[in-house]
Amino acid sequence: MEEQEIGVPAASLAGIKHIILILSGKGGVGKSSVTTQTALTLCSMGFKVGVLDIDLTGPSLPRMFGLENESIYQGPEGWQPVKVETNSTGSLSVISLGFLLGDRGNSVIWRGPKKTSMIKQFISDVAWGELDYLLIDTPPGTSDEHISIAEELRYSKPDGGIVVTTPQSVATADVKKEINFCKKVDLKILGIIENMSGFVCPHCAECTNIFSSGGGKRLSEQFSVPYLGNVPIDPKFVEMIENQVSSKKTLVEMYRESSLCPIFEEIMKKLRKQDTTTPVVDKHEQPQIESPK
Amino acid sequence: MTEILPHVNDEVLPAEYELNQPEPEHCPGPESDMAGKSDACGGCANKEICESLPKGPDPDIPLITDNLSGIEHKILVLSGKGGVGKSTFAAMLSWALSADEDLQVGAMDLDICGPSLPHMLGCIKETVHESNSGWTPVYVTDNLATMSIQYMLPEDDSAIIWRGSKKNLLIKKFLKDVDWDKLDYLVIDTPPGTSDEHISINKYMRESGIDGALVVTTPQEVALLDVRKEIDFCKKAGINILGLVENMSGFVCPNCKGESQIFKATTGGGEALCKELGIKFLGSVPLDPRIGKSCDMGESFLDNYPDSPASSAVLNVVEALRDAVGDV
Ligand SMILES: Nc1ncnc2c1ncn2[C@@H]1O[C@H](COP(=O)(O)OP(=O)(O)OP(=O)(O)O)[C@@H](O)[C@H]1O
Ligand SMILES: Nc1ncnc2c1ncn2[C@@H]1O[C@H](COP(=O)(O)OP(=O)(O)OP(=O)(O)O)[C@@H](O)[C@H]1O
Ligand code: SF4
Ligand code: SF4
Ligand SMILES: [Mg+2]
Ligand SMILES: [Mg+2]
Repeated sequence: MEEQEIGVPAASLAGIKHIILILSGKGGVGKSSVTTQTALTLCSMGFKVGVLDIDLTGPSLPRMFGLENESIYQGPEGWQPVKVETNSTGSLSVISLGFLLGDRGNSVIWRGPKKTSMIKQFISDVAWGELDYLLIDTPPGTSDEHISIAEELRYSKPDGGIVVTTPQSVATADVKKEINFCKKVDLKILGIIENMSGFVCPHCAECTNIFSSGGGKRLSEQFSVPYLGNVPIDPKFVEMIENQVSSKKTLVEMYRESSLCPIFEEIMKKLRKQDTTTPVVDKHEQPQIESPK
Repeated sequence: MTEILPHVNDEVLPAEYELNQPEPEHCPGPESDMAGKSDACGGCANKEICESLPKGPDPDIPLITDNLSGIEHKILVLSGKGGVGKSTFAAMLSWALSADEDLQVGAMDLDICGPSLPHMLGCIKETVHESNSGWTPVYVTDNLATMSIQYMLPEDDSAIIWRGSKKNLLIKKFLKDVDWDKLDYLVIDTPPGTSDEHISINKYMRESGIDGALVVTTPQEVALLDVRKEIDFCKKAGINILGLVENMSGFVCPNCKGESQIFKATTGGGEALCKELGIKFLGSVPLDPRIGKSCDMGESFLDNYPDSPASSAVLNVVEALRDAVGDV
């Protein structure tokens, strides 16, 4: 592990075009789900995507991508991220502490300094290679992991953060703190997603209004940050994640049939419009999306 | 290619300091009187760290134990997973217990970066006062006292950008300097994970004694996985598990009575996990959007909708908990 020089971006991230963090002050609002769906959508669009999970004490991404028994190996250039099968559209690879645990039930009882050094290692030692996007899933809060990742990425020019909330004011209250954190560490907010906003009922198509919605939109107005969209509760999403291992299709293919997929495609369009750093003629601009079978 | 394995399967709980290298053979122990001075310390890369560490037992622990001596039962609300309803449960437990006028109840919020208890108990605008007997907690009712970092912030939405070491200091103050007075119950809400807050509360309260933990989960495997880790932590830390409750299990539509599983228990849910690990299953609480609304308004769902299935499920859990700590 080499010390990062002052003012020099991490060498391991040199081949990465865009770095996006997924953040929320509140737990369980769907940071990991949003990270997963963003990755699947970008991958479907033909991009090369890497996903880094810095939730060290509660890593969810191995389960989300159906990779629970995988391990990370040391290659000639560094740690090899775990590949997700995509049937050749784009590419998808994942790094998570979950891959380093002997038993899936083992706890990772770490205080701050140890978390900090693990994140340093994740940034310096992983051989990501060439990527269009690196998505970083974070735990809730504004503490060691967040301070450390902001420090590590300081010179690598991350695009910014996607902030996830749910409609309830108990959630937006904590999310406001996260937005203020982003301002303090100079991380641009790419936009807010309101997750679990309303409900897609499996019994009849009419979405009931008994679940609240609208908190995310109000938040974006209050803080003058872009609103990326709302994602309803869809019980099929949890089912898809849980059943992927027994399915013959890849997760990327399964997700294309999900009712949430068009919503994330819309969100990605909004996100990519904001992006002024890539030239207009991008080889990925006309992605070939296969029509669902 | 070699597989990468970090040393995460620690059997002992980590200390508050970080060493440059593992303790060598013949190490007298970094917290011992001889730390940094014995023969083994000569060529040791930790020498400077060990020399500067405070020696002997933490002098604050007896003060904490003394300050908490008037508290009968102490219950931690835990979960490895975020957003499963820890704070909701801590709040409902506090409301339910304090509904009995003969009980004095305290609710302490250890979630420093994302406090929710003040919101849910409807006292977000309150502030903490200092008197000569310490910090006076905020009283929701005559017999329900609370403490949270939220009461000390300049603005409601100030970010608390603190590393773990700084959080530990505040947690210590909550235990040592808050004038809890006599309480029948102290309910402690925690953030998700197994990190500084969890390690510290266990260390600081070891002597005064924690009755045990209420573990909260939701039905789906993504949550159960993290909850397993929390249970593993409790075992390593010697925290007694009073029981597990499954929250947000199933949802009955108030319009059509159609039932749907929003978070599907594909692996058997909380009950199967309890069977597997030999933990007491205290019941399941359905998803009810009115719970979210009551929390947002800072009102007691149990008072607002006493006849709802969710209320009776929660009250059953409260009874089971009182039973488990030897009350009633
Ligand atoms: N739109 C949705 N519809 C249905 N279920 C969802 C949706 N979004 C998230 N979930 C489910 O809710 C649970 C919590 O989501 P997730 O794990 O992504 O949250 P998180 O913010 O990453 O949590 P943590 O704070 O613990 O890291 C998961 O089981 C997930 O599958
Ligand atoms: N049974 C339920 N039905 C409907 N909504 C619920 C239920 N239980 C909790 N909620 C709502 O779900 C959200 C998350 O709950 P809560 O804040 O208690 O979780 P938490 O585990 O404390 O989260 P964190 O990890 O962020 O501390 C809140 O908006 C709460 O009101
Ligand atoms: S009334 Fe609402 S919850 Fe009930 S079946 Fe129809 S859409 Fe679903
Ligand atoms: S300096 Fe001495 S006490 Fe500290 S770790 Fe080394 S041998 Fe042990
Ligand atoms: Mg997560
Ligand atoms: Mg909480």
